[in-house]
Amino acid sequence: MSGVGIRRRGAAPRIGLAVRVVLAVLVSAVTLFPIYWMFAVAFSSRSELLGGTLRLWPTAPTWANFAGVFERFPVTTWVGNSVAIALTTSVITVTVNLLAGYAFAHLRFRGSTLLFLLALMTTTLPLQVIMVALFRLVTGLGLYGSYWAVILPTAGSAIGIFLARQFILGIPRDLIEAARLDGASNLRVFWRIVLPLSRPLLAVLFFLSVLNSWNDFAWPLIALKENRLFTLPIGLLYLQSQNGPDYGGTMAFALINVIPMVVVFLAAQRWFVQGFARSGLR
Amino acid sequence: MLAGYGFVAPNFALLGLFVFVPLAGAVVISLQRTNGFGGGVFAGLDNYARLFADPLFWRSAGNTVLFTAIITPLSMGLGLLVALLLDSVLPARALFRSAIIVPMAVSGVATALAGRLIFDENSGVLDLALRGLGLPSVSWQSNGVASFASVVAVTVWWRVGFNMIVYLAGLQGIGVALKEAALLDGATAGQRLRFITVPLLGPTSFFLLIVNVIFSFSLFDIVFVMTGGGPADATSVLVTYAYDQGFVSRDQGYAAAIGVVLLLATLVFTAVQWRGNRGRDVTE
Repeated sequence: MSGVGIRRRGAAPRIGLAVRVVLAVLVSAVTLFPIYWMFAVAFSSRSELLGGTLRLWPTAPTWANFAGVFERFPVTTWVGNSVAIALTTSVITVTVNLLAGYAFAHLRFRGSTLLFLLALMTTTLPLQVIMVALFRLVTGLGLYGSYWAVILPTAGSAIGIFLARQFILGIPRDLIEAARLDGASNLRVFWRIVLPLSRPLLAVLFFLSVLNSWNDFAWPLIALKENRLFTLPIGLLYLQSQNGPDYGGTMAFALINVIPMVVVFLAAQRWFVQGFARSGLR
Repeated sequence: MLAGYGFVAPNFALLGLFVFVPLAGAVVISLQRTNGFGGGVFAGLDNYARLFADPLFWRSAGNTVLFTAIITPLSMGLGLLVALLLDSVLPARALFRSAIIVPMAVSGVATALAGRLIFDENSGVLDLALRGLGLPSVSWQSNGVASFASVVAVTVWWRVGFNMIVYLAGLQGIGVALKEAALLDGATAGQRLRFITVPLLGPTSFFLLIVNVIFSFSLFDIVFVMTGGGPADATSVLVTYAYDQGFVSRDQGYAAAIGVVLLLATLVFTAVQWRGNRGRDVTE
């Protein structure tokens, strides 16, 4: 009996390891294939794409699809719009989330539980519940036709409040109490103690916010009707509708949308992973 | 006391103006007949009565539930399996992890277009491969069931990384000591998984369940871009149906009524999440 047990224990990890490596390679390959395929199609010539035979890589890689997209569409304007909207939105979001997170972590005030619950509710609310009324509001406020039609309605996003509260709760209470006893105001405590200790939090919140804003689709689809204001996802959909079955151009432009965030995401994955793992977990 | 209000004010001013005011507006608009140009006409509960008699509404509601019921367990199950794989002894773990989280950074529109590219029934690589293997090709765009399946596949591809990351964080929270103790007691891998890992991942699974249900319930980007709800409404869901009513047919009162139905579902999810979180506070 024990002999069998020992043999199994000795053999299992080795077989197990090989199987696990094969599995990991398979899962990674299935995950990465669509990304690879976007590249392959983006760099294929039109004739090759319409050939109807299965080729797993372009036989004569070409930049023609990229050149065509830049020629026919205001790509640089759209990139600029996406950058401007993502950065502005994120600066506002991180600022207001951090302030609110501090209040929910360390200040007592009547109705704080109710406000917290309301904030929680907004994070689960589908845009489609409010889109008609929000569109009218944004038009009524005269924001329609500017970046602000996208920035302001999304900048209050509450997910960061929970991350901020969680993080700030981890700052030792003694530190804050001591400063208060020295007569520091709440604003001063926030500025001098909470903010300097919150740099990792700021990085997480900022990255998550930029990612969300850069990839946001449903609301910009409604709020941006003019070509000159399009962000990359909206431009991508528009371009696809103009290109029809020309996947080469569409994928070339899709890569312009996808690559910056994938690079940032992988470079900063430690922070992202932290943020995703904690977001909403409180 | 007042300081608290001051600190939450900027965030809640934005939420108040751009979420809660439109939320009240949505309820009012749902009681009107309006195309959005000029004023609406008060219609009482007409829009809601129409919902009950509208087969497309029920079709979309059914599809929404079905998507949620399929995508949630698939994303969580695969996420857990991959997390277990990456939590074990494995060379180049960080590299595999990086590969698997890449889809998280890809926009929904790009994901959906890549899905169309791959699942295209005329020129897609998947069908060329199927035919190459001598298998029959699948009408991913013209067959309702196939179309539904392709949306599920693309969405799961997009979501597994997130589930994996959260499960991985949960697994790393389980002490090595506990696993080793179980190992010394002679527990098999299956027993350790069943009696230690899975129960201790309970809070993580609960969190993911809520997040995935909400996500699948309001899945817009993939459906809108990949199928537009077609063919013949086979993939139409509540959020795309509401969009079509509000901004294509411009039956905005009706769109708002669909929105209110979505709101009621959301409130249920929030309540469950709230109870779960409170439970966590008590046990912590």
